[in-house]
Amino acid sequence: MAVKSESELGWKDIETGCIVTEAGSAAQYPTGGWRSQKPEYDNSKCNKCGLCYIYCPDCSITQQPDGFYKVDMFYCKGCGICAKECPRDVITMVPEAG
Amino acid sequence: MAKRVGMEVSLAIGEAAKLADVDVVAAYPITPQTHIVEHLAELVANGELKSAYIPVESEHSAMSACLGSAAVGARTFTATAGQGLELMHEVLYVAASMQLPMVMAVANRALSAPLSVWGDHSDVMAVRDTGWIQIFTENGQEVFDTVLCAFRIAEDPKVLLPVMVHLDGFHLSHMIEPILISEEDEVKRFLPPFKYPLALDPKKPVTMGAFAPPVIYSEARKAQEVHLAGTKEAIVKCWDEFASIFGRRYLPVETYRAEGAKTLLMTMGSFSETAMETIDKMRADGKDIGLVRLRLWRPFPTTELRQAVKDAETLVVFDRAISLGSQAGPVCSEVRSALYNLEKKPRVASVIGGLGGRDVTVAGFEEIINIGIKMAKKESQQEIEIFGVRE
Repeated sequence: MAVKSESELGWKDIETGCIVTEAGSAAQYPTGGWRSQKPEYDNSKCNKCGLCYIYCPDCSITQQPDGFYKVDMFYCKGCGICAKECPRDVITMVPEAG
Repeated sequence: MAKRVGMEVSLAIGEAAKLADVDVVAAYPITPQTHIVEHLAELVANGELKSAYIPVESEHSAMSACLGSAAVGARTFTATAGQGLELMHEVLYVAASMQLPMVMAVANRALSAPLSVWGDHSDVMAVRDTGWIQIFTENGQEVFDTVLCAFRIAEDPKVLLPVMVHLDGFHLSHMIEPILISEEDEVKRFLPPFKYPLALDPKKPVTMGAFAPPVIYSEARKAQEVHLAGTKEAIVKCWDEFASIFGRRYLPVETYRAEGAKTLLMTMGSFSETAMETIDKMRADGKDIGLVRLRLWRPFPTTELRQAVKDAETLVVFDRAISLGSQAGPVCSEVRSALYNLEKKPRVASVIGGLGGRDVTVAGFEEIINIGIKMAKKESQQEIEIFGVRE
């Protein structure tokens, strides 16, 4: 059965006890929509220490094959912790457009 | 054959939980419920009941532990009273909305302040909207029977909800009464092993108690409301099957000498037994009077109530709780609401009494009925009366 989105679910679609039967469904939730600022990397200053990756509370940051780090903007809430923790000022928080 | 034993009602509740072969008891002692959990602790300690007994540090923890044990499919029992029920309050909603079956005996007690350990229905009324099935009882036998029925109802695959069994603190919990204690094989026949279809299982991961944004919360609540209202059928069916095995029959709304009576008194819990004596006395005096007793409090038995009172001119609702700042006792408010849109309905008077353990005698109920009849007259502006209060 195709999974309905929240806004399509009627009360008769609610599972017993309002349980969510699909494991890991939180992965579909675009918390990136909460963002007002986004992190921008200047990789010329980066020594690939990985502190941004370690501190990100949403596990939105992953290491790329070249060793540099990239933010998944589907999840990034723009909290700025990565920018605060980076010891080499690689990351700058810039306002979201619009 | 069942044995007839003279026993304190609290201990009989422990015996019922033992016969139901509960897997987990998580409870915190509080007057007047203490003897229930003390007895269960004893049964576990001396090996008569093979159950996990969790001596928690508060009622909030007791109910939280019960959530966990019900979620893995363990037959779960707890008991509380008064302030203890209040401390559980926020967790009660979770048990109901996550459809976690369990049984809780509540030895009804007044709420502070002033501090009172004695009985009334303040604690019941404060948790009426939590989504639990709630049943009142009138005597020790009913409490014993209702605990067994409560497990059967809670675990019915069409129900899967927590059930509260209300018994009046002290007036019931501390009485020694002759009680028919059922045989184990009879109980096993009535109450099959619990098979919770949603039990937590690492092989089939699910999320319980998930977050619901505005786009889905209303749908979740509507589903819960329709489900709870629909459990009445299963409750009545359980009571019918109980009657066929044990010979004692229970109904959502019960009446006593009410057929065609012009005036009806309505009561809940153990005070109904005193009220029945009043009805006998007033009938003997030639008065046209009957009694309506509310057994099923949630889901509210609207149809049965309307049927029971439809021919009466006056209905006096006796509440053992006060809804401060309201215009009637809490049960009376619901009764009025259930009748308001009907063409033909009795006038309804709200009399409050029996607060904080105050007794109401047979003569007291006669007075209450007479006060109610006066209040229900069309020219009367009086909406509410607190019975027996000294000036």
